[in-house]
Amino acid sequence: MADIESHDYDVIVIGAGGAGLSAVVQSAAAGANTAVICKSLLGKAHTVMAEGGIAAALGNVYPEDNWKVHFRDTMRGGKMLNNWRMAQIHAQEAPERVLELETMGALFDRTRDGRVLQRDFGGHQYARLAHVGDRTGLEMIRTLQQNAVAKGVDVFMEHCVIDLLKDGEHVAGALGYRKETGQFVVWRAKAVVLATGGIGKIYKVTSNSWEYTGDGHSLALRAGADIIDMEFVQLHPTGMIWPPSVRGILVTEGVRGERGVLRNSEGRRFMFDYIPEYFAGDYADSEEEADKWYTQRTETGARRPPELLPRDEVARAIAAEVEAGRGSPHGGVFLDIASRRTPEEIKRALPSMYHQFKELAGVDITKEPMEVGPTCHYVMGGVRTEPDTTESSVPGLFAAGEVAGGMHGANRLGGNSLSDLLVFGHRAGRYAAEHALGLERAPHIDDAEVERLTALAVEPFERDEGENPFELHAELQDTMQDNVGLIRNEEDMKKGLEKIKELQERARRVRVIGNRQYNPGWSEALDLRNLLTAAEMVALSALARRESRGAHTRRDYPETDNEHFGKVNHVLRLKDGEIQLNEEPLPQMPEELRQLFEEKR
Amino acid sequence: MAARVATGEPETAGGRASISARTLRKDAWWRSPATTAGVLLAFVIYSTWAAFQTTDYTWEPYISPFFSPCIADACHGSSSTWSFVPWWPLPAILILIFPLGFRLTCYYYRKAYYRAFWLAPPACAVAEPHRRYTGETRFPLVLQNIHRYFLYFAVIFNIILSYDAIVAFRDHSGAWGHMGLGTLVLLINAALLWTYTLGCHSCRHLCGGKLNIFSRHRFRLRLWKFVSWFNERHMQFAWASLVWVALSDVYVRLVASGLIHDPRFF
Amino acid sequence: MATERRFRVWRGDAKGGDFHDYTVPVEEGEVVLDVMHRLQAQQANDLAVRWNCKAGKCGSCSAEVNGHPTLMCMTRMSDFPPDDVVTVSPIRTFPVIRDLVTDVSFNYEVAKRIVPFQPRPMTEEEKEAGSYLLAQEDIDRLQEFRKCIECFLCQNVCHVIRDHEENKRNFAGPRFFIRNAELEMHPLDTADRRDQLQDEFGLGYCNITKCCTEVCPEGIHITDNGIIPLKERVVDKRYDPIAWLGRKIGFAKDQRRL
Ligand code: SF4
Ligand code: SF4
Ligand code: FES
Ligand code: FES
Repeated sequence: MADIESHDYDVIVIGAGGAGLSAVVQSAAAGANTAVICKSLLGKAHTVMAEGGIAAALGNVYPEDNWKVHFRDTMRGGKMLNNWRMAQIHAQEAPERVLELETMGALFDRTRDGRVLQRDFGGHQYARLAHVGDRTGLEMIRTLQQNAVAKGVDVFMEHCVIDLLKDGEHVAGALGYRKETGQFVVWRAKAVVLATGGIGKIYKVTSNSWEYTGDGHSLALRAGADIIDMEFVQLHPTGMIWPPSVRGILVTEGVRGERGVLRNSEGRRFMFDYIPEYFAGDYADSEEEADKWYTQRTETGARRPPELLPRDEVARAIAAEVEAGRGSPHGGVFLDIASRRTPEEIKRALPSMYHQFKELAGVDITKEPMEVGPTCHYVMGGVRTEPDTTESSVPGLFAAGEVAGGMHGANRLGGNSLSDLLVFGHRAGRYAAEHALGLERAPHIDDAEVERLTALAVEPFERDEGENPFELHAELQDTMQDNVGLIRNEEDMKKGLEKIKELQERARRVRVIGNRQYNPGWSEALDLRNLLTAAEMVALSALARRESRGAHTRRDYPETDNEHFGKVNHVLRLKDGEIQLNEEPLPQMPEELRQLFEEKR
Repeated sequence: MAARVATGEPETAGGRASISARTLRKDAWWRSPATTAGVLLAFVIYSTWAAFQTTDYTWEPYISPFFSPCIADACHGSSSTWSFVPWWPLPAILILIFPLGFRLTCYYYRKAYYRAFWLAPPACAVAEPHRRYTGETRFPLVLQNIHRYFLYFAVIFNIILSYDAIVAFRDHSGAWGHMGLGTLVLLINAALLWTYTLGCHSCRHLCGGKLNIFSRHRFRLRLWKFVSWFNERHMQFAWASLVWVALSDVYVRLVASGLIHDPRFF
Repeated sequence: MATERRFRVWRGDAKGGDFHDYTVPVEEGEVVLDVMHRLQAQQANDLAVRWNCKAGKCGSCSAEVNGHPTLMCMTRMSDFPPDDVVTVSPIRTFPVIRDLVTDVSFNYEVAKRIVPFQPRPMTEEEKEAGSYLLAQEDIDRLQEFRKCIECFLCQNVCHVIRDHEENKRNFAGPRFFIRNAELEMHPLDTADRRDQLQDEFGLGYCNITKCCTEVCPEGIHITDNGIIPLKERVVDKRYDPIAWLGRKIGFAKDQRRL
């Protein structure tokens, strides 16, 4: 291993999105020698795409708001499958984290009295999202990035991690490669924080970027960690659908928060027809009532407009309208804000949406409605962590953000992602540093293992013929889209699983041309393994959950089964190279929290 | 990209893509600098010529903006006469230094002539011909930084030229309450000069841009927003006022030399 | 309905390279980045392209199309006549890594040297409220600069370093001028960056020829709202004799803090 570049750190953070950078900042502040590794340039992570805002019960717009309400909204949005303790920590600490961001230099939009302004979002009882127009994620990333840079943290940009390394049971670091040169790099670390984001690239229509290949999920699984809730993949109800090349690009929920409404081809606000029983008391049943809610909810007691139902409900409703033949010309529905606000208001509140439609689709959203449809957006499932410390079942391995599971249950509310990144990223950094600084000796790296892994990684160059990695990826995306998509059934999923197995077989024979320097073909070939693992985890868990709940909808089991499936998580583990699925009981919340739900209904 | 772990020094290694073409632009990028150069050159030639014409620059109640304030005895009897230097034969030369300096150090004109004449750069993504470049860091270009002092003079000049426009509401014999086409020409001239001057970047800075906490200075915030409106259109006003000044001079000259007759409105 | 379109793509690395000709089918509504991806998937698996969001939000896919610095994901094919041979090359000002990917570490090194945000302490009222109290009108101006997606197109087009490699030592570039502007104009910040701007970051090298503003995909008025106000602030401190005198006799205050 003498010829492999290696580095020593207390803590390495893999991923430089909101969670990763929060962790980096905290870990460095705690005095640990910290580095961050990211696949892209610093500041390009997927968090920049987040538009709507950060959910935090600051109570600046509605003083009635507090963490308990936020907690309740989160649990109900997640169909009670959330890890209650994570949801509690999240609701309690989010306000603090938002204000901390401001002391780091973030500039949120303000209320008249100078506080952080908050906006409405689906599933949140009160206007709760701290935001900056519709580029909140960018603001968050930039603030954290600038802070990390000021702290002098080492940044390994455009480096990809191939596998985690272990010393016995304990994590020991990671092996990866530098894209610029294709050289391998080993990082030895006393603690590793996974903050790699999601798995969206297993689907064809997705709002996620190329980075979202399920790396963290698969790295953790291979390192022996437990992965939970992988059947819950959120489709964002509003993605662009036309022209084809932009299909899947996100249209922020902020459009609906700012009074945009969904209409079918007949011009009808169809969401009123899709209010599920579970939420019936909370949503308006007429347009007048719904319209009063935006500005006069306190005075009139008006209930929320159904466009602001949780994302899973809205996505299903759109799919149903399209199926019933009431869709838009390109197979979606209309999202209309033009008829509801003045052009100036639209441009001020939603500047990047205006820009995005103008540039990419030639649509002026201040004049015409947008065409939208569901797009894969977020995975609720991920690495099982200890809620307070974010440590996984592997000692020294921490996880935060989208790669961690449990926080959002069966469905995530909009705005809860950015707050999740901040809250748990912060904790991950703090506890990883604490863990690392408390460790007596640095873990040992097994050279033989490194050699085995590097040899495996370069194999695709040695073949004279073989599969095209891009094609395999495209086939996987088609398979997942068709067989494990929004509405699922057993037969399709079994077919999907078979196909995944076949693709895994073929992936062993991929071939890459050219050399190792900045070679996208090689990156694709290495990512393929993670993509396939992630896809398999989703399909396995989805097949086993024979009920419909949150983002997981089964045509063959349309009912929600609270008796059995409402009480269990699906936990995945690697055993002898095979992924095994176990049902494990859901942690139960203490009585005082349970009461929050009694009061309400 | 390599780790570049806290090396401090920026990487200036070179190793750029080997592309020899000066630019890969296919559009007519030279058109805009060429037009700028053409118009500026035309103005310079005309105004130089005009400055040396010591007759016909005033015709009661009008005076050519090139010659106002009229500081030499040469312009006896005309509107704003302040005889500071009675012996000076070329009244325009002294005066023109101020508006010239104002425009020469104007942030917009700097852009225009750096591109059109100095070719630094001739257009975006088109390589400039110079071997070395130090911008405005050294003498003489570092003097561009005194632009705000020219602004102060420009304001004085604007007041004088506004005065000229007002006294133009007289007839040829000096009786008030009349107006001719020349009055309108001078009025527009003064107005355009104000739009140009108000949009000046130094003006915007001094009005409020230099403050960090607007909310404590309501009036200056309003002022800043007001001049910002002109600032956004600074280029348009710069050209309009430039061309109009020359036209005003032409008009006064034509009338004074008797080539045309000034149409009187009332 | 796809049409065959012709492209010239620069391929190579720091050791050398050249334009290669390709014919690629293009679908309705596609952008240049889509075409590069199709090329990569079908004809040139090892074509290096940097991208992330494909929605103009991350600033990764900067390149030069027909000589214009631009984001590939926001450049629509319909902008070019059908018989045009579209030239795609890497951004020029930075060292090439491979094909369309360049080493933009210059920018990250400059970022490290910027004096970070230094907020004033909270007032009693703010402590009570638990947060800084800021008026929207005080931050409007800064929010424009915060829109920056760090595509570095402005850095690339700026002739100060594009045409004069040696100036990289003394010049921060437009992206970092607006970053400094944002900090300098911040109602909470207490640091003074004007000397550093003039002496180390080369504000004086900028001759306000505005190419940075022309290429900025976020439409930030880099020159008018960022660089020129900074130059004026530097004038306040360094080149305005009356202001200097005023401060000497304790007459005038530093207005930035007011
Ligand atoms: S205006 Fe200044 S910073 Fe911008 S491109 Fe021109 S010289 Fe560079
Ligand atoms: S200022 Fe504009 S051009 Fe420059 S890096 Fe930012 S977004 Fe890109
Ligand atoms: S007059 Fe143009 S900037 Fe001052
Ligand atoms: S890919 Fe993100 S800006 Fe083009």
